[in-house]
Amino acid sequence: MKDTLANTEKKTAYILTLPAVALVFAIILFPIFANVWISFKEVKLKDIRIPEPRAKKIIKSISEDPSKIKILYKLRNSSLLQEIRDITFQDKFPKNFEIEELDPRCDYKKNTLKCKFGNWPAKYRENFQIVFGTNDGTNIDKKVLKSTKPKLNGTSDNILLNTNFTLKNFKKVLFDNEFVDLLLTTFYYTFFGTVGSIIFGILTAQMVNQKFYGRTFMRSVLLFPYVAPVVALAYTWELLLDPNSGTLNSLLINYQVIETPINLLGQKYIDINILGFDFKLRLALTTVIMFEIWRYFPLAFLFILARLQAIPKELYEAADVDGASPFQKFFNITLPQITAVISILFMIRFIWNFNKFEDVFLLTGGASGTRTLPINVYQQGFAISDIGMGSAVSIVIVVLLLLFMFFYFKLLGKRVDEN
Amino acid sequence: MRTKNSILFTLISSFFLIFIVSIWKILATLQGLNIQNFNLQIIFIFGLLISFANLRIGSKIKIFYKSIIFSLIFVICDGYIIQKLPLWYNIGIFLILYFFVNKINKYSFKDLKEQHSTQVIFFDFLTLFGILFFSFVILFPFYMMLITSFKTQIALLVNPLDFSINFGQDFKDLFKSYFVIFKSYKFGQYILTSTIVSVGTVIITLIFAIPAAYAIARLNFFGKTFMSTSILIIYMFPAIVLVIPLYTIFSQLGLRNSIEGLLIVYTATTLPVAIYMLQGYFKSIPKELEEAAILDKLSWFGIITKIIIPLSIPAISSVALYVFMIAWNEFLFSLMFLDNPNSFTLSRAIQYLSGDAETPRQYLMAGSVIVTLPVLFIFVYFEKYLVSGLTAGSVKG
Repeated sequence: MKDTLANTEKKTAYILTLPAVALVFAIILFPIFANVWISFKEVKLKDIRIPEPRAKKIIKSISEDPSKIKILYKLRNSSLLQEIRDITFQDKFPKNFEIEELDPRCDYKKNTLKCKFGNWPAKYRENFQIVFGTNDGTNIDKKVLKSTKPKLNGTSDNILLNTNFTLKNFKKVLFDNEFVDLLLTTFYYTFFGTVGSIIFGILTAQMVNQKFYGRTFMRSVLLFPYVAPVVALAYTWELLLDPNSGTLNSLLINYQVIETPINLLGQKYIDINILGFDFKLRLALTTVIMFEIWRYFPLAFLFILARLQAIPKELYEAADVDGASPFQKFFNITLPQITAVISILFMIRFIWNFNKFEDVFLLTGGASGTRTLPINVYQQGFAISDIGMGSAVSIVIVVLLLLFMFFYFKLLGKRVDEN
Repeated sequence: MRTKNSILFTLISSFFLIFIVSIWKILATLQGLNIQNFNLQIIFIFGLLISFANLRIGSKIKIFYKSIIFSLIFVICDGYIIQKLPLWYNIGIFLILYFFVNKINKYSFKDLKEQHSTQVIFFDFLTLFGILFFSFVILFPFYMMLITSFKTQIALLVNPLDFSINFGQDFKDLFKSYFVIFKSYKFGQYILTSTIVSVGTVIITLIFAIPAAYAIARLNFFGKTFMSTSILIIYMFPAIVLVIPLYTIFSQLGLRNSIEGLLIVYTATTLPVAIYMLQGYFKSIPKELEEAAILDKLSWFGIITKIIIPLSIPAISSVALYVFMIAWNEFLFSLMFLDNPNSFTLSRAIQYLSGDAETPRQYLMAGSVIVTLPVLFIFVYFEKYLVSGLTAGSVKG
């Protein structure tokens, strides 16, 4: 009895979870394997369209005889690259139609024209013509003829399904001159974005954790950048930072801070002189990182605030009795309490920033030294139309992420052991 | 100790004064005032003098009179002698100074004798500074977005610093950009598409997620722990990695440029977080209720619809709001899958609009306001539900 109950429970559980699991598998897990497959192939964007046999129907009246009509089909293979095999053709005609001239490849039965065209090579074109007459001598209505469309079928190779593999894509990705630069840019973007958002998160959480008038309002305001749509925010920033008519540059010029406008999103390097040392700052990249920090520090803020509110008050009271200063309280009580949450945040934000596409794409489109790996996926796949290369770059992303996770958990595991 | 603390205190408070007056000056410049100089040194000296005088005077004069006197002196110097500025600006400065004097009045020589008083004061002012700084930095872009959408092309080019709106003008002129984007750019249709996609995603996600979450929360089956841990791992998986294979598969199946395609992808990407959040809540529902139901021979369908769903309305609605927000804000997949303007979502439409360099900025900003408003409205209105859920599940981004 008990056994059957457990069995039904199992069955129910599988029924309940199956739809969700199947969908997630189809849309998230399967594409990852598909990515591996595609990355070893030479596939261009134009190759992924399946070749189709097509026919355009043109009706021509024969002037001396209104009861006869000529129908011209412009046949072609839609693909410029691939052959289509075993093409069949089918079209229907009104009942009173009789065929006058019949192509040997075709057959006319029960008002249906059926043809077998065999194989068409790539770029194939043919003008296929048929003459009809009515068996009762009535005039032909062209509209009736136009309303039916021919059906064509054929088989062709799907370039994605054949087994020709190549290492070309990975060679190109890894031995490209820009690969190191690409990696560095992605790393800068990810690392500084992550660290910056965590620092701002700590500051704001510490701030909101104090009592002041309008605290709940402040808490929702701080989350605005995180919940608002990225498209709107990115374009607003672009407008704000615009060198010609942007508010920021106009303000700075108005207050005589700068003389000529700075193109914050379009300039790769800017020379900066600090204490006599000249160095070049990646300007556009820095701006993009600023946007990133601005948009994602609220997540860090929320996590840290939740942790701060869970710290027992007694700890601070005891510290007050001991005469600890606010700095000491922060470094000796607050910080140790939030390290765990910070390390989780670091991992989450690092992974997500590493894959961030929209922000950079909308702000700079990857120009002026802001091309990160995800942007490269898009550029290879859709701007250069090389799907195989795009896939190879995404595989590189996945491998780097797995490496990061491996080292992250190894380090974290060690620290847990030490404790 | 006392002297050192006093000096530090006056310095900190003067810097704070510089900061608030500067923000006010920036805002005033944006209202069309011609302010070209912050006069930082003068504000700094005033700050020093005021905080020092305040310490000296202590409580000999009533705080009310003291604040008014200090504020008036500052206003007369800053707004009349150095540069003649309109009344509304001076009223603002007066209020800022009034607030400032009240703030520093909390500290007296007696406080400054204490050991950590400078640090305490530093933290106090840092908090105040933080509140103002973050409010300004966060709200400014939103403010700019809204104002720009009410401006005309010429006004934007002539003086990008002028943020003032003439409310006296005709209603139709004020909302001109909005009328234009609805009439010439079919924004009505995009709003409809976005709404259908977002609401559809919410419904399908809930239909898939509630049973799965119930099974994970309550039933024992092989692979349960594996499933609940893999949910989070799948949740971390980057969308950019899925784009190319999904694009190829969807092109071959003819799902590109269709609402169905978007619905499938959005549902799949939001399912893990929905299941994770729901199963956490379902676990907190007492088991006894279901046991009674099992005795009444209710099927699992009955248990879910008659017991679980009515009891977890708050959790379900917060998941629904999240999924709605994620789907509404989503950009990457709509960029990849939609290239026919007839099937655009709002985000994609705005991006498409910006692709044309000749599109006036105020239209772009009007579009941005339209796409932002519903989300912010939902967020502010349902904040209580959402904040607790944010930390539990955290919106992907």
